[in-house]
Amino acid sequence: MIGRLLSHDLPRSRWLAAALIVVVLALLLAPFLFPGAKALSVAAKALVFILLVASFDLLLGYTGIVSFAHTMFFGIGAYGVAIASTAMGPGAGPVLVGTAAALAVSLALSLVVGLFSLRVKAIFFAMITLAVASAFQTLASQLSDFTGGEDGLSFKVPELLSPAFELFGGAELLGRVVDGRVITYYGLFGAVALLFLALLRIVNSPFGRVLQAIRENDFRAEALGFRTVVYRTASNVISALFATLAGALLALWLRYVGPDTTLSFEIMLDILLIVVIGGMGTMYGAVVGAALFVLAQNYLQDLLKWLSADGGAFAGIPVLSQLVSPDRWLLWLGVLFVLSVYHFPTGIVGRLRAAATKGRR
Amino acid sequence: MNTVVAPTPGAAAAIPKARFDWIPVGLLVAVMLLALPAVGSGSSWLTLTVAGLAMGFIIFIIASGLTLVFGLMDVLNFGHGLFIAIGAFMATTVMGGMATFADTGVLQALLAIFCAMLVAMSVAGALGLAFERVIVRPVYGLHLKQILITMGGMIVGEELIKVVWGPLQIALPLPEPLRGAFIIGEAAIEKYRVLASVIGAVVFGLLAWTLARTKIGLLIRAGVQDREMVESLGYRIQRLFVGVFVAGSALAGLGGVMWGLYQQAVSPQIGAQVNVLIFIVIIIGGLGSTLGCFIGALLVGLMANYTGFLAPKVALFSNIALMVAILVWRPQGLYPVTNR
Repeated sequence: MIGRLLSHDLPRSRWLAAALIVVVLALLLAPFLFPGAKALSVAAKALVFILLVASFDLLLGYTGIVSFAHTMFFGIGAYGVAIASTAMGPGAGPVLVGTAAALAVSLALSLVVGLFSLRVKAIFFAMITLAVASAFQTLASQLSDFTGGEDGLSFKVPELLSPAFELFGGAELLGRVVDGRVITYYGLFGAVALLFLALLRIVNSPFGRVLQAIRENDFRAEALGFRTVVYRTASNVISALFATLAGALLALWLRYVGPDTTLSFEIMLDILLIVVIGGMGTMYGAVVGAALFVLAQNYLQDLLKWLSADGGAFAGIPVLSQLVSPDRWLLWLGVLFVLSVYHFPTGIVGRLRAAATKGRR
Repeated sequence: MNTVVAPTPGAAAAIPKARFDWIPVGLLVAVMLLALPAVGSGSSWLTLTVAGLAMGFIIFIIASGLTLVFGLMDVLNFGHGLFIAIGAFMATTVMGGMATFADTGVLQALLAIFCAMLVAMSVAGALGLAFERVIVRPVYGLHLKQILITMGGMIVGEELIKVVWGPLQIALPLPEPLRGAFIIGEAAIEKYRVLASVIGAVVFGLLAWTLARTKIGLLIRAGVQDREMVESLGYRIQRLFVGVFVAGSALAGLGGVMWGLYQQAVSPQIGAQVNVLIFIVIIIGGLGSTLGCFIGALLVGLMANYTGFLAPKVALFSNIALMVAILVWRPQGLYPVTNR
C-alpha cells in the first residue's frame, strides 16, 4: 500500500525514513502541536516550498537543466489567484478561474521558452531563462494597475478560508479554535501531499526514466530513439505547471502577493539552495531540505540577530559583527551553497542513502 | 555506380577562404538608418546614436571577457557580474578620494578617471585569478555545477561588497569638468559619452589587434575553434585560459568603472543587473564569438537608446525583444562559432 502510494520509490534508508516521518507528522499536526500564528505560517511556508522545490527538482535533478525562471511561474500562479480575486471579488470561483488562467499562461510561456532554447544547448536555457525572468519581473512591476506594482496586491479569500470564519461555532479542538486559517492550512497540506505524490509518480514512470537518461547522457538517449527536445520541453512544462500551483497555494495562504514574495531572485536562490542541500534528483530531498531551510530561515536569523546585537557574543568586534548581522544571512547561505555543491553533491538524501547501503554490506 | 570526381586542379592548393558574413554589420547600419525617420529630427538622432554607441562600447568591454572564456574553455561564468560590481565600487572609492583634485580641470579629471580604471582593473584581475583558482577550476567540463558554483560565488561576492561598502546605493558623480555636453548645431552630445566612446574604441582596437595580429591572439582564436588541436600542438591551453580569465575580469572591472560613471550611481545589485544584459549580448552575438559580441553590444546599446526616446515603457523590454528576434532569425546567434 505504502509502496504503491510512493510509486515504489521508498526512502531506502532508515534515517531518511525517520526524518520524513518526523517532517510529515510535524506538518500534519502543526496547528495543534505548535501554538501561535508564526509557527503556523512557518509550517505553511514549508509546505509551499516542498512543492515548489520538488517541481524544480524535476527539472534540475532529474532532467539536468538549470532554469532561473522557476520563480516566474511561481509568481504567475500567485498573481493569477490574486488578480482574479481582486477583479471578481472573493469566492471559490475566482480562485479557480485565476488558477486555471495562471496554468494556461504558464503552459504557453514554458512551452515557448522551452522550444526556443532547449533546441540549442542546455547552457543556453539557463541564460535565456535568466533574461526572461528578469524581464517578467520588470513587467510585473510596470503593470501596476493590474498587479499593484512594487506594493503588490492584498485580496480577500473565500469566506471559508478567512480568519474570521470559525468551525464548530468557535469551540476549541485540542486547544485550538478551528478557524479559517486552520482550514486553509489543511487545504494546503492536502494539496501539497497530493501534488507531491503525483510528482513522485511522474519521476518514477517510464517518462521519468527517460528524463534521467537524458540527464546522464543526452547523446545516447537521442541515439536510443528518444526525442530529447520533446522530453526536455515536457519536463519544463510539467515543472512550470507544478510551480504555478505552488504559487496559487502561497497566495491563498498569504492573502497577498508582491514581487518580493514570489518573483524576486532571492526566492530563486532559496530554491536552488534547498535542492542542492536536500539532494538533487531525489524528491525526498525537497521535503527534508525545505523543512530544514524554512526552519533555519525563520529561527536561525534570530540567532544571528542575537549574536550581533548589543550584548551578543560578537557585538564588540567590528568586522565580525558586520559579517554575522542578520542582513548578511544570504552571505552564509551562499558559502553553504558553494561548499555543498563541492563536497556534498548528492545532498542530505544522497548521503543518508549511501550510508545505508554501506551499512548493509 | 560510383564515379570518382577528380579534384579540379588548383582547388587543393588554395585553401578556400571563408567569406566574411556582412549581413549582421548591415543589420547594424540598417537599424541606425531606420531610426532616423522614426526619431524625426537629425540632431536628436545624432545625440541618441552617440549615446547608443557609447553604451554599446561599454557593454562590449564587459562582455568580451565572458564570451572568450566561454569559447576557450566552455565555462559559462555566471559570476562575471561580480567583477563589474567590484570595478564600479573601486571607482567610488578612488573617485571619492580624488574628488577635489578632479574638479580642478579637465586633465585632472581624466587623470582621476584613469587612476580609478587602473585600480579597478588590477583589483578585478587579481580577484579573477582567485576566482578561477577557487571556484571555476574544480568544475571544468561540468556545466551544471559550473552554473551553480559561479552563481554561488556571485552571491557571496555581492554580500561581501555589502559588508565593505554598505547595502545602499552610492552616488558616483562625474568630475565637474566632464559634466555637460558639446553642442553641435542642435545636437547635444554629452562629454562623458564621447570619452566613453573613445575609451571603448581604444580598448576594442587593442583587443582586436591582440586577437588578430599577435601570437597569443592566434592561440586564443585557435583554442576557441578547436581546443584539443591546440593542446596537441604543445601549447598549454590551461595557462592561456587563466590569462584570458584574468584579462576578462580586468576588462569587466574597467567596464564597471565606465558603467558606474555612465549611470552616475552604483548599487550592490549592479552586477546581477548587468549580468542579464551581457548574457543577452553574447547570446545575440553567438556564444564564444568576439565579433558577434561586438555587433550584439552595439545593437543592444542603440536599441536601448532609440526605444528609450521613442517609447520609454517599451525600452525596458527592448533587449529581450531584440534577443528573441535575432534567435528566430539565427538560432545560434549572429556569428555562430563552428563546432559548438
